[in-house]
Amino acid sequence: MRDASPAKTYALHIGVIMLLFALNFIMPDYHQGLFARIMALAVFAMGYNLLFGYVGLLSLGHAMFFSAGLYGAGLTVYHLGWGVPEALVAGIACGALLALVIGLLALRTSGVAFMIVTMMFAQVFYLMILYFAAWTGGDQGLVIQQASRVIAIGGVSFDLTDPTVRYMGALALFSVVLLITLALVRSRFGRVLVAIRENEERTKMLGYDTVANKLVAVVASGAICSASGAAYALLFGYVGSNFASIQYSILPLLWVLLGGAATTLGPLIGTLFMYYVTDITSGFTSAYLLIVGVALILLVLFAPKGIMGSIRERWLGWLP
Amino acid sequence: MHFGPHLLLAVLEGLVTSAVLALTALGLSLVFGVMRIVNVAHGEFFMLGAVLAWAISTAISGHPAIGFVAALVIAPLLVGLVAFLAEWLVLRRLNYNPESTIVATIGMLYIIQQLALTFYGPEARPVEPPFSYRILLPWFGYSGYKLSVVAASTVLLVITWLVLTRTKIGLIMRATQYDRETAQAFGIPVERVYAGVFAIGAMLAAIAAVLIVPISQAHYLMGQDPLLLSFIVVIIGGLGSLRGTVVAAVLIGLSDGIISMFFSPTLAKIIATLVVAMVLVFRPQGLFGTAPR
Repeated sequence: MRDASPAKTYALHIGVIMLLFALNFIMPDYHQGLFARIMALAVFAMGYNLLFGYVGLLSLGHAMFFSAGLYGAGLTVYHLGWGVPEALVAGIACGALLALVIGLLALRTSGVAFMIVTMMFAQVFYLMILYFAAWTGGDQGLVIQQASRVIAIGGVSFDLTDPTVRYMGALALFSVVLLITLALVRSRFGRVLVAIRENEERTKMLGYDTVANKLVAVVASGAICSASGAAYALLFGYVGSNFASIQYSILPLLWVLLGGAATTLGPLIGTLFMYYVTDITSGFTSAYLLIVGVALILLVLFAPKGIMGSIRERWLGWLP
Repeated sequence: MHFGPHLLLAVLEGLVTSAVLALTALGLSLVFGVMRIVNVAHGEFFMLGAVLAWAISTAISGHPAIGFVAALVIAPLLVGLVAFLAEWLVLRRLNYNPESTIVATIGMLYIIQQLALTFYGPEARPVEPPFSYRILLPWFGYSGYKLSVVAASTVLLVITWLVLTRTKIGLIMRATQYDRETAQAFGIPVERVYAGVFAIGAMLAAIAAVLIVPISQAHYLMGQDPLLLSFIVVIIGGLGSLRGTVVAAVLIGLSDGIISMFFSPTLAKIIATLVVAMVLVFRPQGLFGTAPR
C-alpha cells in the first residue's frame, strides 16, 4: 500500500462489481451458475483472508464457521420454517458467536498450536454434525425445498432458485463483503492488524491491545465466512456435513494463497482460477485432489505471494 | 458375557491400538521435536505403508509369513525413500518455515491420497496374518497375532529409545533438536540430520501400518484417523518427549478402546478431540512436557 489514493482504489473495486453484474447478461447458463457459486465461495475466501492475510493467523478450521452459517440458516428454514432474511441473520449470528468462543480459546495459543487447535475444534464441530444426524441429516445432508427459498419484499417475490435471482443474490453479498473488507483494511483497525502481523511485540509496546484486536478480527472473519455459508445454503438449497470437513478448511487457504494473501481482490481471483482449473481438468481426469496438492506445493515453493500479490509487487504498488 | 470379560476385551483391543499409535505418534513427535515442523502428511505415510504391504504380500506367493516379512522390510524402506525425496525436493527449499511446510505437507497429503486412489483403488483389502494362533482365555479366544503386535511395537520403542539415548546418532539428533545453530557450528550436518529424521519418522508410521494391516484392512483413506490420534498423543505427551508420547499413546489407546466398547465411537472421538484441544489451550506444554524454552 504505497500510494493509497482512495478514488482509484474504490473505482477499481466498483469496476469489478460492475463487470460481474454485466457478465450475468452475456454468460452462457452453465457459466452463470458456476459464477454464482464462485462468488458465494469467494466471500468465504475473503473472510479467511481477513485473518490469514492481514493478521497472519493461519487457521485450519474455518470450515466450522462456514458450516455454522450453512446449518444456522439451513436448519432454521428446514425445521422452524423461517424466511430467507431471518435465516441469513441466524446463520451469521451462529458463526459470529462460534467465532467469539473459538477466538477466546484459540487466541491463547499462537503459531503451530493455533493451527492445530483450530483444526481440532473444527473436527469436533464436524463430528457433532454427524452425531446429531437426527436433526442435521448427517452425511446425507438436507435439501431445502424451493418453496422455502422465496423472498417477498413488498409485493414482489424473488425465487432464489431462478438463475438470475441467484446470481444477483450472490453478487449482492459479494459486493457488500468486498466493500466492507476494503473499508476495514483501509481503516485504523486494519492497519493495527497488519502491524500485529508484522511485529506483535512492538505493536503491544506501542500501546495497542493486540489480543482484543485479534479477537475482533476472528469474529469478523467468522461472521463473513458464516455469511458465505448461510448464503450457500439458501442459494443452492443443500446443507451437508462435507462442508464441515477438513477439506473445506483447506480450500479457502488454497484460494487465498493462489489469489494473493492480504489483497482485497485476491480471494475472488484465487477462487475463480481454482474453480475453472478443476472444472476444465475434470473433463479428462478425476484426480481433482492431485491438482489441489500440486498447486499447494508449487505455490508455497515458487509464488508465496499469489497472483494479486505478485501483480502488486511488480507493477501496481497501490493495489489494496 | 459379563462386565469383566467385556472390559478385558476392551483393554486388549485398546492395547493393540496403543501399540500402533505409539509407533506412529513417535514418528510425528521425532519430526516435530528435531525439525520443528508439523507433518500433516504423516497419516498418508502410514496409509502408504499399509497399501505397499498389501502389494508386496500379494506379489509374493507361498506361506503368508514370507510375504508379511518381506512387506515389513520393504514397505517401510520405500516409504522412507518417498519421505526423503519429499524433504529434499520441497521442505528443504522452504527453509523449514513452519507455516509454509504445513501448507506443503497438506499438498503432499492430497497427492499421496489421490495417487493411492488412482493406482490402488477405493476398495479395502486385507493382508493375511503371518500366523493364526488363538490364545484361549477362560471367556473367549484372542488372536495371538494381535498380542504379538503389542510385543513387536514394544521392542521397536525400546530400540528407538536406546538409539536416541545411547548412540552417537541419537546424540547428534538431540543436539540438533536442542540448538540447531550451535550444532551446525560444531560441524553437525544439520540438513542431513533433518532428511534422516523425516525419513525415519515416516518409516515408523509405515512399520506401524504394516503391523496393523492384517487386523484392519488397507484402504486409501486409512491415514486420517492415525494422523488425528497421533496429534492428540503428541500434544498430550508433550512435544518431543519420548516417554510422554508412549504414556499418552497407552492412555489414548486404552480409553479409546474402552469408550468405544461402551459408547458410540463418534462420541468417543468428540470427547477425546475436545479434551485435547483444551489441553493445548490451557497447558500448551502437554501433560508430561516441560515448559518451552
